[in-house]
Amino acid sequence: MSVTVEADTVPRFGIGVKFRFDEVRGAWVVLAPERLFLPDEQAVEILKLVDGQRSLGAIVDDLAVRYQAPQELIATDVAVMLRDLADKGVIRL
Amino acid sequence: MNGNGVRVSVEPPLGLLLELTHRCPLQCPYCSNPLELQKSGAELDTDTWLRVLDEAAALGVLQVHFSGGEPTARKDLAAMVKRAAQHKMYSNLITSAVLLDQRRVAELAEAGIDHIQISFQDVEPENADRIGGYAGGHLRKLAAARLVQEAGLPLTLNFVVHRQNAERVSQMIAMGLELGAGRIEVAHVQYYGWGLVNRSALLPSREQLDAVTAEVESARLRLKGRMLIDYVVPDYYALRPKACMGGWARRFINISPAGKALPCHAAETLPGLEFPSVREQSLGAIWRDAPAFQRFRGTDWMPEPCQSCDKREIDWGGCRCQAFALTGNISATDPACALSPDHAVMAEAVKQSRGASLGFVYRQ
Ligand code: SF4
Ligand code: SF4
Repeated sequence: MSVTVEADTVPRFGIGVKFRFDEVRGAWVVLAPERLFLPDEQAVEILKLVDGQRSLGAIVDDLAVRYQAPQELIATDVAVMLRDLADKGVIRL
Repeated sequence: MNGNGVRVSVEPPLGLLLELTHRCPLQCPYCSNPLELQKSGAELDTDTWLRVLDEAAALGVLQVHFSGGEPTARKDLAAMVKRAAQHKMYSNLITSAVLLDQRRVAELAEAGIDHIQISFQDVEPENADRIGGYAGGHLRKLAAARLVQEAGLPLTLNFVVHRQNAERVSQMIAMGLELGAGRIEVAHVQYYGWGLVNRSALLPSREQLDAVTAEVESARLRLKGRMLIDYVVPDYYALRPKACMGGWARRFINISPAGKALPCHAAETLPGLEFPSVREQSLGAIWRDAPAFQRFRGTDWMPEPCQSCDKREIDWGGCRCQAFALTGNISATDPACALSPDHAVMAEAVKQSRGASLGFVYRQ
């Protein structure tokens, strides 16, 4: 299956999905109907930029600057992760 | 303390299931409520439920499921949903929906409900009403599902499948799409409590099970990204048991209408265990220290073949309630496991159900 996601796609959270910080665990959590994920550090940084406004391209730019990493590398990682989250119903692409 | 006197430490619970009441207008023959239903007079009052929600939030509970019986039979449901929302706990309503009207849906939306799950007994109104034992129920559910969708609330349809409706799974999935559900659950009956009483009338044949599974798998591919389909299989044709509740007292706490704290909704069927009441103890103390919660936590309590099995931290030895109901021993390996010395009872039950009567003993 292809994991390409266009740079101008604006990812947003799925209906009924909440992403928030849990004080008790000291960790970010994704809450959805009968679903619960504890995303890893990398996923957390990406999800923090999902606001229904930023495009995939803008998210990649932001991360590339912050981590001083090559655009293409970040773009692939972000696309793979968002596609995976979309299949789980967490993100809409 | 578990069976060997060692205290097993534990992470905070993820989910809390509140059985607010056993009252329900329906009488499904596979209802997960106990055979001995609690009267409304025994139910916890509003303040106690609200305190339980406060304690759950402090303990780290992330999701609260409001269930029953029929949770909307409680007039104070919206107040509880509101309290869960104040604590940012994800709230899920598990309802038969026959009491949900526009006013009630608006009230719940206003209180901050995150998700509503409506159970359907079939897609054919007549058969659905016969299975639920409630005339006119199916059409009310359809109307309620539309109200939920119009209110913009995330909706799940739950279909419990068995021998008497398994042929209509593709229509069930189509109904989910038509009603705008983001998710549907196709769940085979779990044979505890009322389901066990009605096992012979409900157990699907191997052919039926395989057809349902194939239908679900193809629909999942087809609907990827549009609608999630969760699928729960029956244990009777399985080779491995389910990780019941994700392991005893590892992830969930269930509270009965009268306030008993349980590691799973059927735990009161197990003899020799004393379950603490939230009327007398805090949820935190119960989760950490109650002997009944420690009893099967972890792996030390396990008999062989589980004790030396590499799956023991995957399925946690299966379901304690099923193990007891089918073997008479609360510490036995779940007979759903092919490695269990009692595994043959599963095939025996399938054999007995062939050609058995389709009549139900209704929940009452
Ligand atoms: S399974 Fe049926 S009878 Fe039991 S609570 Fe749900 S709707 Fe009511
Ligand atoms: S032997 Fe026990 S741990 Fe191993 S698969 Fe069977 S039930 Fe699970």
